[in-house]
Parts: sequence; C-alpha cells; structure tokens
Amino acid sequence: MMALELRERPVEQTAAAEIIDCDIHPKVRSLEDLRPWLSNRWWDHLQTYGLRSRHGFAKGSPYPKAAPMACRRDAWPASGGEPGSDLELMCEQLLDAYGITLGVLNPLSTGQGDQNAEFSAAMCFATNEWQKAAWTEREPRLRASVLVSYEDGEASRAEIERRAGDPDFAQVLLLSRTAEPLGQKRYWPIYEAATEAGLPVGIHVFGYSGWARSGGWASYYIEEMTEHAASAQAVVASLVFEGVFERFPALKVVLIEAGFGWLAALGWRLDKVWARMRDEVPHVPRPPSAYLSEQLWVTTQPMEEPKIRAHLLDVIEWIGPDRIMFATDYPHWDFDDPGHALALPDKALKRRIMFENARAVYGRG
Amino acid sequence: MSWPRLQAIDCDIHPSVPSMRALLPYLDDHWRETVEARGIASLESISYPRHAPLTARPDWRNESGQAATDLVAVRTQLLDHFGVRLAVCNCLYGVQLVFDAYMARAFARAVNDWIAREWLDPEPRLRASIVVPLQDPEFAVEEIERCAPDRRFVQVLVLAMGELPLGRRAYWPVYAAAARHGLPIGIHAGSSYRHPVTSVGWPTTYAEDYASQAQGFQAQLTSLITEGVFRQFPDLKVVLLESGVTWLPAYLWRLGKFWRGLRFEVPWVDRPPHEIVRDQVRLTIQPLDAPADAGVVSRIVEHLRSDAMLLFATDYPHWQFEGDAVLPDGLPADLIEKIAVANPLETYPRLRETA
Amino acid sequence: MARHVVATVAEIPPGARKRVEVEGRPVAIFNVKGEFFALLDRCPHQGASLCQGKLVGLVESTGPGQYRYSRQGEIIRCPWHGWEYDLRTGKSWCEPHRARVRNFPVAIEPGRTLVEGPYVAETFPIRVEDDYVVIDTQPAATTASADRTA
Repeated sequence: MMALELRERPVEQTAAAEIIDCDIHPKVRSLEDLRPWLSNRWWDHLQTYGLRSRHGFAKGSPYPKAAPMACRRDAWPASGGEPGSDLELMCEQLLDAYGITLGVLNPLSTGQGDQNAEFSAAMCFATNEWQKAAWTEREPRLRASVLVSYEDGEASRAEIERRAGDPDFAQVLLLSRTAEPLGQKRYWPIYEAATEAGLPVGIHVFGYSGWARSGGWASYYIEEMTEHAASAQAVVASLVFEGVFERFPALKVVLIEAGFGWLAALGWRLDKVWARMRDEVPHVPRPPSAYLSEQLWVTTQPMEEPKIRAHLLDVIEWIGPDRIMFATDYPHWDFDDPGHALALPDKALKRRIMFENARAVYGRG
Repeated sequence: MSWPRLQAIDCDIHPSVPSMRALLPYLDDHWRETVEARGIASLESISYPRHAPLTARPDWRNESGQAATDLVAVRTQLLDHFGVRLAVCNCLYGVQLVFDAYMARAFARAVNDWIAREWLDPEPRLRASIVVPLQDPEFAVEEIERCAPDRRFVQVLVLAMGELPLGRRAYWPVYAAAARHGLPIGIHAGSSYRHPVTSVGWPTTYAEDYASQAQGFQAQLTSLITEGVFRQFPDLKVVLLESGVTWLPAYLWRLGKFWRGLRFEVPWVDRPPHEIVRDQVRLTIQPLDAPADAGVVSRIVEHLRSDAMLLFATDYPHWQFEGDAVLPDGLPADLIEKIAVANPLETYPRLRETA
Repeated sequence: MARHVVATVAEIPPGARKRVEVEGRPVAIFNVKGEFFALLDRCPHQGASLCQGKLVGLVESTGPGQYRYSRQGEIIRCPWHGWEYDLRTGKSWCEPHRARVRNFPVAIEPGRTLVEGPYVAETFPIRVEDDYVVIDTQPAATTASADRTA
C-alpha cells in the first residue's frame, strides 16, 4: 500500500512570462520616514512610548527569528537600512530579476495592531502616505495596501473611505492574529467599507492577539511559524460561520503568507460541521466550501513541499486552481523564488497561479 | 461491509456519566460531602453540549436525550450491531476543567473506578483509557500507577486543548509512566478552556469550537515533536482521537519544510517530522473530514504515506456518520483489514493480551 | 582532472570568502581558519547564492535541551531558507541522502609550480612569488549523483 516514492528533481523552469507577486514587504529606513505624516502629538508619543504590541518585547519579536529581521541574508542594502528599504535593490533582486509585472506591498511593523488603537490609526495613515510617496509613485509596478487600525472598526472605515478610488491601493490589509476572530461584528465596518470601495481585504499572518494557542504558549519559533496555518484556519472558520461571506457577497478575502495546502481539508471539515450544526448558524445558508470557492484566495508562500509532488497537485485541484496566487514574501528568509518554487509541468495552471488569478482579484496587471 | 466478519476494534467510544450521582459511590466521604454541600452538580463540558446534534446521533439517544449512559444501550447499538470485538472507552466527563488539582484528582479516580466497575467488569469486550488529572503531573502519574495494574486500561487520556502544550517537560513524568506500562497517550478532541479555542480569541459559535479542534491537534503535535517527546520516549505512541485526519498531510509538509531550515533551533529533532509521525502517531478514522467521494478518499489516504496509521473507530455516540457508514468509500480492502484489527493491536499492546 | 586557478591565497584570508566563476558556473570559496573549501554557489533547494550565507558551527544534540556545538565555521547556512551544508562534504545536514551541493577539492599551489604546468587555464595571471587557490572540477572520486543543481 506504500505509495511509490519518486526521487523527483525540481523542474527548473524559467519564470513565467508575467508574474504578479502578492506579498512584498517594504520597510522604512527608520520610523523617521513616517514623520511627515504624523502629528506632533503622535510623533512624540512614538518617541516616548514606542510601539506596543500585545507581547512584552520592547524590541524584536517574542519568538526570535531564524535570521536578523527575519530576512534573507543577501537582501541587506549596501546603502544601509534594513532589507526591503531600498527600492533599487528591490528592483534588482526582485522586480527586474524575475520580470514581476505587479507587486502588492504589505508593510509590517508600523503600528498596525498596537495596543493603542488611536495611535495605531495615526501610524496607519502615515504608512499609507509613505507607501505612495516612497514606493508606488516612484515605481509603477508596485501597489500599496490600505493599512487600518483594525481593532477600531469605525476608524478603519474612515481610512478605507479616504483611500477609496485611489488606484495606487490594491487592497485593505489586516493581520491574522486579532483580539477576536475576524468574522465578529466589530470588524464588519471594515468589510462594508472595503466592499463599497471595491477593494479586496488581504489578511496577512502575524499581529499579536495576546492569546496563546488553544493549548498554551509555544516554546519555539518553529512552532509559531507552523501555527500560522492554524490561525488562518480559525480566521476562515470565523468568516464563514459569522456569515461575513454571506452578508458581503462582493467581498474578496486573500489569506497571505499562510501557505495553502491546508485549505482543502479545512473546507471539508467546515462543510461537515456546518451540515451537522445547521441550526446554530441559520444566517449561513450555503455550505462553507461554496463561499471559499467564490470569495477566498490564498497565496502560495511558504509553499508546501511534499516529498511526492503529485500530492501537491491533488491539493491544488481540490482547492481550485483559480484560488491560489503566487507570492514571494520578499525579502523574508522563507522567500519563494519565482523560478524554482512553483515547478508545475502544466503551463496553463502555472500561468493562472503566477498571474491570471491575481489579475482577476486585484483588477489590474 | 460485513460487520461480523470484520470484528473490528473500536478505538474511540464514549460511555457517558449520566449525572454526578453516578460518581458518588466512587468518592470518599470528604469529597462526597463536598459535592453535595457545595452543589457541584456537573462536570459536563461545553465541548459537547448535551443536546447539540454532534453530541449524539438521534437514534442513539434515550428518552431524556442522553446517550451511551447505560451498558444495555451500548451493547445493542454498538458492540452487537457493529460486531465489534473490543472497544476502548474514552470518558469525556470534564475532569480536566476543574481548577482545584486535589478535586481533579478525586474526580479522576472516581471516573476511572466507575468505568472499571460499571463498564469493564460486566462487559468483557470493553477496555478503557485512564483519565488523568493533568492539573498536577505528579497526580497524573499516581493515577496511572494506580490504574495500570488493571490490564483492561489500555491508554492514558488527555485533551487536545489544555493549559500547557503537551510537549512541555512538566508533563514528561506522565509520558515516562505511560511508556513504562505500555500505554499510549490518547489525545482526544476537547478543551479544558484555559485558553480560547483559537489563537485569535473566543469564537461565537459551537460550530467554530468544534472545527477548531483540528487546529488544537496540530499545535499539540508540533509541541510533542519539537520538544523532543518522541525522541525522549522512543517507545511511546500517541493516538489522535477524533481529530478529523485529513489536515495531517499538508500540516506535515509545512512542518517538515520549516524543520529543514530551523533544525538548529531544535537540534534534538534529528529526523524529519513525517518519519516521527509515521512511527509513533496514530489517528482514529471518525470523523474523517473528506467529501463522499471514493477517489478523493483514496488519494488523501495515499498522502499519509503509511498504512499503519489509521485506527478504526465509530466515535459512538457522536453523530459522525449515518447508518453503518463508519468506513468511507475509497479505502482498499486490505487497508480496511489493517485499520480494523492489525493497526489497533499494534498500537495498543494490552489489547493483544486478551484479543 | 580539470584544475582551475581561481584566486591568490592572499585574496581570501581566514574568515573570508570569494565567489568565482569556473567553467561558466558560480563557485563559492571559503577560508576557514586557513583551510579552503569550494562549493557550487547554488543552493540545491531554490538556487540561492551560498556565498552570501552564514558560516556557523554544527549544533547536534544528544537529547532535548542538549546542544553539542562543534566545527565552528564549517557549516554554511543558506541565506534564504537556512538549509545547512557541511563545507567538507557538501551534504545537507537535514537530508544527507537527498540534498547535497557539489563541492570541489581545493589545493594550494605555489606559483612556481603553476607557471609551467597545464593549469594556467581560465586566464588567471600567475606570479611565481604567490600561492594560489586551485580547485579541481573533475576529481577522480567524484560520485555521479552528487550534483543536484546542473
């Protein structure tokens, strides 16, 4: 009964003709970069009290990264600054190197999810302005994300409305580990505003909810990284069972940097649970997998690497080849190289994942 | 499916404590008085709300809506009906919920004694897991030592969602005791609610709670692997009870990929995670989160890359399947034989003693 | 044997490294405490330049919580996903049978022996006074299955 173990070599292929990269992380050279768009009040607050996430570390992360700043060691700009802070190097190493047609920017570590929601809103506004001035207005291949202070639904709505209609912005960006599951009513102003603005909602892993995993706090970074898939599963279940997809049929949700292999089994599990507990969720009239096949997308990175590649193809088929969108996660260490990561013999499928699916979601390319 | 011919070993059934009154004979004078004087009416867990559809299939409920509370029903509905040769009782009365470790110890003892007297004694086809008070690992070890001489106890039972991740050193004396007695650790769906059931907070619905159990198993498996429990206890087997199963392959791909890059963080994990799981982890087959499609089922089983991993179980009386459809279409015949008998016997050494 | 002169010893002092091209392929040369190692400069995983990786020691373990550290600087950790390769053998630490990066025997030859031999390939200028790093891309004992990156 043992499946045949194929010693398969990665199929080295040249990058597809057109690529949309759904996850690039620009970085400020220092928080000074945000100064032009912060009031004195909030600049002083930042200097005095700093960024405060729901964990104890004043600097760094609760689970130390694999490499400094969680970045590729070869992505540190010679000009100084952290990886992702230098547009020229980003062009050289990513946009030009692989012929990226369009890249979606997902800035991290600029105050989204701060314990102080009002401060967070100020930082999000500044970061959104910075994305335009430092990135999208200088490089036409890049699009920005609307960062919002997601724990404050109304403040988030205001920021989304401010950016609606600006073609520089490709989506609204949330983080996955929020104070409550993202399907809950307090977050609905975000979905309402995003839908009205015609913007997808991207949910990128990380953020710090302040909660442990369901069985307690992990010890290691490898546990934290593995767990992102699990918290993404919880987010999806919440969106389904709270009726977010039902209530906002035009809403598109993209799960970013959680990998994707888990989505097939989750859909099956949610379908069974929904069928059994129908009476608890009368506001969810359709099976969960129906919503997932229409309104949810997942980015590829970090791409699962089964020993037998055919198994990944099974999973892609079960999820739906139109649901999956390529991402590099540049400049992080677990970056997926566009030339190597997605070794698919089916060229048409590869093109859908590398380009067409994202073009359909983000509406341009 | 020819049930009498198969003579399966059912690795997950749930005799239910009908009420606190049933446990009173198994508490000492002090605790019996405590229960009555302080009005400790019940340890029922919200992991399985009594009247929720999942908690019991309608045709298995009695007039008061409960299920699996008496031996006659369990014999008729399960043992005789499915021609089961042996069944392992996993009692889910919420001993793990209790905060007072001494009280938890008393209740654990009472549940295990109740199981032994009122289920194992009168019914030779039944075996059981030892319910342990993990609130204090020393007490858990004591309870294992107390129950292990009764060879009808074949496993140690813990929940998928507790206070500390199961891989932590604090629990290692429990694994040492279990390994010493040839008892696998059975991790069963359910929470002690020390933390919300998701890492993103408390969900609104029971549907989300139950769905989240699969993530609970993922977190526990990661903890056990990365903390080195399987290396420290190479003879220990861990059984994932009522986990859903089909999340496992993609989870192992992800963990395995990270291990290759992060090995230096946990250098005692000296072989790929999927090999560890293939050798030391087993899963019961109900529920099997898969569509009713034989082709899909057979492929997802291939993704497991081992025919030794799956264990037959009805999860009785939880409502996971209709009629007799405990085995989904798509399983090869020779695999069914292994799932039904050979794998359970290999996993639970004590079952071989009287099988 | 196909021996190539790739650098002067002085160019790569202890602790340093250099990326060179040999027969059209990138090769990373490392000097670890005076000993030279040469690897094909392409990680078998997704092709990253190992020359930009981190030189670390080997962390092994006798059990949970035990860290046995040795061979400082003899393991190269890929700058991307952190896969570890033994400079001496080219083998991946996690999957020694499945992933390996091609490594090349390295010798130090004094200039005077190179001037007259057939080794002045790749147009590397030779001075009799200097010592040179020479790698062999076709050593007799190469195993055919080693190269996963060609």
